[in-house]
Amino acid sequence: MSERVRHGAAIGADLTRLDGPDKVTGAARYAADFRFDGLLHAVMAVSGIARGRVTGLDVTAAEAHPGVVRVMTPANAPKLAQSPDAKDGPFAFKLDLLQDDGVRYANQPVAVVIAETLEAATEGARLLAPRYAAEDVRVGLDGEPFVPEAVGPGAPTRAGYGDVAAGLSAAHTRIEATYETAAQYHNALEPHAAVASWEGDHLTLYTPSQALAMATGRIAALFGIPPGNIHIVCHYLGGGFGSKALVTPPQFLGIMAARLVGRPVKLVTRREQMFGPVGHRAATRQTLKLGAEADGTLTAWDHHTLTQTSRYDDFIEPSGIISRNLYASPALASTHEAVRVDIATPIFMRAPGEASGSVAIESALDELAAELNLDPLELRLRNYAEVEPVSKKPFSSKALRDCYARGAERFGWASRPKAPRQMRNADGLLVGWGMGTATYPASMFQAEARAVIRADGSALVETAQHDMGQGAWTSLAQIAADGLGLPLDSVTLSIGHNRLPNGGLAGGSTATATAGTALHTAGQAAIAALAELAVNDPASPLYGAGNAGVVSAGGRLARRDDSSRSESFSEILARAGRDSVEARGTGASDPAAKKAYAMHAHGAVFAEVLVDPDLGQIRVSRLVGAFAAGRIVNPRLVRSQYYGGMIWGVSFALHEHAAMDARTGRFLNNNLAEYHLPVNADIPTMEAILVPEEDPHVNPLGIKGVGEIGITGTAGAIANAVWHATGVRVRDIPITLDKVLG
Amino acid sequence: MNRFDYVRAGSVAEAVAASAAPGAAYLAAGTNLLDLMKGGLATPATLVDITRIPGLSSIESLPDGSTRIGALVRNSDLAHDAGFAARYPAVAEALLSGASAQLRNAATTAGNLMQRTRCPYFYDPASACNKREAGAGCAAIGGETRLHAVLGFSEACIAVHPSDLCVPLAALDAAVEIEGPKGTRTVPLTEFHRLPGDAPERDTVLEPGELIVAVRLPPEAAGFSAHARYLKIRERTSYAFALVSAAAMLRLDGGRIGAARLALGGVALKPWRARGAEDLLAGREPDATAFREAAEAALEGAHASGEANAFKIELARRVVTRALQRALAGTPERVPALPASPFADAPASRRALPQAFPQAGATAHV
Repeated sequence: MSERVRHGAAIGADLTRLDGPDKVTGAARYAADFRFDGLLHAVMAVSGIARGRVTGLDVTAAEAHPGVVRVMTPANAPKLAQSPDAKDGPFAFKLDLLQDDGVRYANQPVAVVIAETLEAATEGARLLAPRYAAEDVRVGLDGEPFVPEAVGPGAPTRAGYGDVAAGLSAAHTRIEATYETAAQYHNALEPHAAVASWEGDHLTLYTPSQALAMATGRIAALFGIPPGNIHIVCHYLGGGFGSKALVTPPQFLGIMAARLVGRPVKLVTRREQMFGPVGHRAATRQTLKLGAEADGTLTAWDHHTLTQTSRYDDFIEPSGIISRNLYASPALASTHEAVRVDIATPIFMRAPGEASGSVAIESALDELAAELNLDPLELRLRNYAEVEPVSKKPFSSKALRDCYARGAERFGWASRPKAPRQMRNADGLLVGWGMGTATYPASMFQAEARAVIRADGSALVETAQHDMGQGAWTSLAQIAADGLGLPLDSVTLSIGHNRLPNGGLAGGSTATATAGTALHTAGQAAIAALAELAVNDPASPLYGAGNAGVVSAGGRLARRDDSSRSESFSEILARAGRDSVEARGTGASDPAAKKAYAMHAHGAVFAEVLVDPDLGQIRVSRLVGAFAAGRIVNPRLVRSQYYGGMIWGVSFALHEHAAMDARTGRFLNNNLAEYHLPVNADIPTMEAILVPEEDPHVNPLGIKGVGEIGITGTAGAIANAVWHATGVRVRDIPITLDKVLG
Repeated sequence: MNRFDYVRAGSVAEAVAASAAPGAAYLAAGTNLLDLMKGGLATPATLVDITRIPGLSSIESLPDGSTRIGALVRNSDLAHDAGFAARYPAVAEALLSGASAQLRNAATTAGNLMQRTRCPYFYDPASACNKREAGAGCAAIGGETRLHAVLGFSEACIAVHPSDLCVPLAALDAAVEIEGPKGTRTVPLTEFHRLPGDAPERDTVLEPGELIVAVRLPPEAAGFSAHARYLKIRERTSYAFALVSAAAMLRLDGGRIGAARLALGGVALKPWRARGAEDLLAGREPDATAFREAAEAALEGAHASGEANAFKIELARRVVTRALQRALAGTPERVPALPASPFADAPASRRALPQAFPQAGATAHV
C-alpha cells in the first residue's frame, strides 16, 4: 500500500452520473416502489402527546373499517429477541417498537394499522383515536444540564489545553457571545419506508439504508435470526442525511407488521411522521469566549455547547469538536453539556457537530474581527493552525491557504469595507459580504470488496455501498476501473444490497474513500492473480516478467519494461482454462498514518447577501466556495456535492427550524410547506472551486470525503454577511427577517 | 381518509341539490381540501365534484365594464390572461406570488377564496382548535404565535387568512356570486370572510349548500391599472405564505391622488381592507408623509395576539408604505420574475452573471 496509486483513465474524469437515465426515466426503483404479491399496507398511528402513556385505542373501530386486516399494538406486537432499548455501541438508537404503552416524544408510533389498501390503513389509524395519561412536558434548552459521557458517536465531551482564563484576562480584546441554533429535521425527499416479506425466519426487505451491514446486524439481533437470513435491497436512497444511517422505528414496525400478519407489508412514513421517530439535529446554545492580541493573534478560545437529548437516550450534538481542529490558540477549551427533554433522541444530521459548531465559531470570529477592526479573512490567517490544535499532530495535507486565496480572489473580497452597512445596490438594497472557514474530518470506516475478471475480459466489482444521490454508482465504478486498468464500460459495479461484501456506510463523508479503497485494492489483487497466471506460463509473452513487472491498462497486461509485450485478459484466462479470476480487497484507515497525522478536508466560503433595509427580507445573492479535499474522483459530482452542502448552509443560516409548542412538545411545522428549505429562488449563482491538494497519507488513493464539508463555513459566512449588510448581529439561527428589522 | 360518497355534478343546480346531503363538501382542485382529508382534519361524508360543470371556467368582460371570473378559472390561467393582467395587474401579481407553479395550475379562483387558515394548531389534530371543532378552545393562544393575527382577532381564534388573491380582490371591491338552495345572491368580498368573533368555525358567510359561481370586479376596478402593485413579505423568496402583504393601487389626478385602494394580507382572518387609509390618501399629494400616514391609519387598532407577532405591526406599516411607493412608480410592463417580492425590481441583467461574476454584486459604497 506504500506505492502511490497511479492516475488511471477514469479517476478524475468529469462524467455525468451513470444512473442518470434510469432516474429520469423512472427505471430507478426506490424502496417504496417495490411490491410483493399479496402485499398489505401499513400506516402508523402516532402519539398526540410527548410524555405519558396510551390508555386506550379504539381497535374495534379500526378493525371494523372495511379493508383493515389487523391492528398492531403493544398487546399483540411480535416480541423481540432483544430489548429495543439495548445499545451495543455508539451506532445504535433506542427504539420505540410497541413493546409497552409508554410515550416518550410527540409522534411516537403507538399502533400500526395493516390493511388491504393504503386508504383503509390510513383511515383505520385515524379511527384508533388514542386516549392518554399525559404527563407534564419540558422542551427547549432551559433546565438542569448534565455532562454527557461522550458526544456524537463516542467523542470526548471535553478537550483542551492551556490556561484559558489567563489567556482571556491577558487579552487585548475579548468577545463573549452566545449563539443558538434551532432543531432541524433531515427531511430527505424519500420517506422512510419498509417493504417486508417473511418466509419462515427469512426476511426480504426493501428499505433505504446508509449502512446495510449495520442494518443487517441490528435486524438480526432484534428478531433473533441469523444475519444470513436477511436480504436487504437498497439500490437508491432518495436522500438520507444521517436519518437512514440507523434502522428507525417505522422501518422495524413494517417488518414486525409483516411478521404479525404473515403476509408482505409495505409501511411508508407520512411526511409529518418524519418529525419524531427518525431522528433530528438538536437545538444548541453555544457560548464562545475569545481573547486576542491587538494584531488578532488569539490568546484563548473557549467553546461551550449546551444541547438537548431525550429523557431516555443520549445523542449529543458535538458542536464543540470543530474548535479542536481548526484555529491555533495558545489555550483552548471545548466542552459540552446537555439537558434531558421530552423529545425523541437526536441523531447524526448533515455534518453533525461541525455544521452547528461552525456557524457559532465563524460568527464569533467575525465579531472579534469587527472589534479589532481587522479584516475577517486576515484574522483567520493570523490564527492559521499549522498543526491540529488539540492533538498537535501535523495535517496529512492542508491546502486551506490556497482555498482562502482562490475564493477571496474569485469573490472580490479585497474591496470589502470593514464597517457594516456600507454597501447598497442600485435598487437601494443593503449588500453585505461575509466569509467562513469550512472543514470536515477525512475519516474512513471499514469496507470489503470483491473483483472478478471474467473470460470476456470484463470485470464485476461489488461492495455493499449505497447511492443516496451523491453519485456512488459512478464514482465507485471510476475507482474500480482504474484499480483494474479497464475502461469504465468494461466494469460492472454491483452495490446496494447486503449480500455483497460489507461496504461500510454512507455517512461521515467516508463512503468514497472507504469503499473506493476496497474496490481499488480488490481490483489490483485480481490483476495480480491474473498476472500470476501469465508470468508463470511459458506460452505467455509476459512469461518471466514477475508479478511486479506487469502493468494493466486497457484490458491488457503488459511488461512494465516493454509495453509491446502484452496480452489481453481474455487470452490469459483462456489459456489457463479459467472462467475468471477473483480477489478481495479492503478499505480502512491506516492506523500508523492516523496516529501520525490529523486528517481533514478544508475550504473557504464567501457569501453576499441582499437585505431590504425596511422590510428585512434576506436573499443570498452570491456564494463562492473553494475546497481542498485531496484527489477528486469526479469533478462534476464533487462540485454537485459542494453545491448541495452550500445550499444546506443557506438553509441552516436562513430557513430551517422546527417550530415546537413549548407547552406540549407538539410539532408546528411538520410539513414541507412550512418547514422551510430553500427553493430555487433562494439559491444564487454559486461557484465551487476545486483547489488542488495531494494527500500522501490519508489513504492510498489520496481521497478525502466531500459530502458534508459544504454546509460548514457557509452558514457562518451568510450570518456574517447579514451583519455586514445591516449592522445587526443575529445570534439566533436561523436568521429570519423579524430579527434584523430595526 | 374517511370513506365518502362522490358525486360528479353536471350543473350548478345538480351540485346544489347534491350538497343537501349531510356532511357534503364541494370539491374543485382539492389543493387544500384533499390535504385536510388525508390528515383526518376534514371528513366530508360526500364530495360534490364541481369541476365538470360547464360555464364556470371563463373570464368574461361584461358590457358595463366589469369582469366576471368563473369559479373554476385556474389561478395560472387567470394570471396569464393578457387582457385580465393588463386591467388588474395587482391581481395577477398576487396570484403569481402564491404557492408553486404546480399548485397554481390546479387551484381555482373560488377555491382560493375557500382555503382554510394555515394556523399550525388548526393542522395538528392533537391540538385544540375552535375553527376545527367549535368550542374546543384555541391552543394557539399562549403558544407559538409568530405568524398570527394583529387585527380583528378574538379570544376564540387568532389565525390569519392565507390568500394572496383575496387581498387585491378586496381592495378592488370584488363581489362573490353565490348560488344556493334559496337562489342567487352577491356578497362583497370584504364581507365574504368572517372575522372569528365567537364562532371561528365558520370561515365565510356561505350557508349550507351555497356554491360560489363567480367573482366579479366592478367597472371602476380597471381604473387603477396604471398604478397597482402587490407586495408580499415572506420567509423564503418563493413558495411561502405571506408574513404580511399589501395590495396598493392609486388613480392619479394631476399631481394628486384621485383615489387609492389598499388591503393587507397576513394580518387578520380575512383580507383586511384599509378604507381609513384610502380616505386619508384621497386628494393628497403622493409623498412619503402621506404614505406613512396611510400606513399608520391602515394599522389602526392593531395589537399583538402574542408576543412573537408584535413585529408584524410595524412591518405591515412598512409594507404598506413600500407598496404605495411601488404603485406610485407605476405598474411594470409585465409581472416581475419574482412577483410581489422586495427583490422584484432587480434588473434582469443582475441575474445572469457567469463571467462578470466577481463584480456582480455591484456595490456603490455610500
